[in-house]
Order: sequence, then structure tokens, then C-alpha cells
Amino acid sequence: MIIIDILSWICLILGSILCIIGGLGLLRLPDFYSRLHGGGITDSLGAGLILIGLMFQSGLTMVTVKLAMILIVLFITSPTSTHALGKAALISGLKPVVTDEHID
Amino acid sequence: MRYIFFCIFSFTLWMLWSGQYALHHPLVLAMGVLSCGFVVYLVSRLDIVDEEGIQIHLARHLFLYIPWLLWAIIKANIDVAKRILSPKLPIAPRIVRVRGTQKTDLCRVIFANSITLTPGTVSLDLDGEDIVVHALTEEAADDVQSGDMDRRATAMER
Repeated sequence: MIIIDILSWICLILGSILCIIGGLGLLRLPDFYSRLHGGGITDSLGAGLILIGLMFQSGLTMVTVKLAMILIVLFITSPTSTHALGKAALISGLKPVVTDEHID
Repeated sequence: MRYIFFCIFSFTLWMLWSGQYALHHPLVLAMGVLSCGFVVYLVSRLDIVDEEGIQIHLARHLFLYIPWLLWAIIKANIDVAKRILSPKLPIAPRIVRVRGTQKTDLCRVIFANSITLTPGTVSLDLDGEDIVVHALTEEAADDVQSGDMDRRATAMER
């Protein structure tokens, strides 16, 4: 029981730290396109670890199944919305800041 | 036929989420049936039940693909988190083109979504066979251009 609690707290705390780093990335990174990557951290491993930590807390119940479904849906929808944001910016003509000029 | 299957599938999901409560309340059960019917009506109006249907054979491939993808996500997360936290902010954003060799739409979507899901690379646009990718660092760009993820996504079509 105590081992599950420890695992759960490791996941929750790591996930929270990654969410904060993602938010920090949103503030620190220079332009719109690179800020999408900061959001990507929060989306993928940040939210994922928090959900896994919550699954450890709820044990083998229906709640765990629902949390797993949320995780699966999140892993499909979050890249889709990130892509939609990026594509909308690309279509409206926002030029990304690039350091390498020779590609394309 | 597809709509009947979709109807049964969505109602099974609904029963799974709120079944225990609904069994004792006929009103809630009726609302569930109504909402499932409404969703099927909306889907039939949107005309998004496509010919591909549900591909059972994909599940076998996903079993191998998902653990590999999770490992890739973890590695990329650690890398990008380190770069955000380091005071000098060592990033070199760039736009690269990646060849996607998938034939089916579903596997293309899986490939493009996997690129976006790994921090450090975001797929921006589809251009014929190519996928336009915004990469945060040179390493992330090299990684996605090495074609490893592309091969694994294409392997799921068989």
C-alpha cells in the first residue's frame, strides 16, 4: 500500500513539475511556433503523469478505467489541437523565426 | 449496418461510464438512449462514418508501436525541459520536410500526430507526400528526418 502511495506521489510530483516547466517554456521561448513545444510538454508527459498518479490512487476501480480513457483521448486530441494552432498560424502568414537559412 | 454497429458501440461506452447509476433510474437510462441516438443522427448528417471502418489488425501493431512512442516522448520531454530550464536557452528553431511513406490516411494521421506528440517537433502542414515540421532544435530535426518513426508508422499498414 505504501509502495503504491510512493509511486503515485512520484508520478504526481513529476507531472506537476513538467507542467510548470511547460508553462515556463511558454513564457521563455521566443516566437509562436517554438511556444507550441512548451505546450507540448504540458500536454504529453505532464498531463499523462498526473493521470497515471491519480490511477495509482484510485486502484482497480471504474475510476481507473475512466482515467485511462481520458488519457487515451488526451493523447489523440492534444496533438490535433496543437497542429490546428500551428497550421492556422502558417496559413495566416506568420513567419517562424529560424536560425538556419539554407533549408527550404 | 455501420450505423447499427456505431449505435451499439456508443451505447456500450455510455453504459460503461454511467451504467451503475442509470440502471436504477429509468429516466437517466432513457436520456442515455436519446443522446446516443442524437449522436448517431449528427454523425450521419456529418457523413463521417468512412469506408475504412475499424481496423482490427491495427491493434496488434499498436501494441508494439505505443511503448516505443512513449519512450520517444519521455526522451524528448527530458531534452526539451532541460533546454527550457538552462539559462542560455540553447534552441535553434527550423522548418524541415519529412517524407511520409504511409499509404492509408489513418497511418498518416498516426504518424503526423506522433510527430506533434513528441515535444520538440510539431507537424504544421501536409504537402503531397511530405509533412512540414517545425523543429525546436537541430537534434530533434535530425531525429525526425532519420525516418525511424516513419518506418514504424508505415509498418502498421501490413
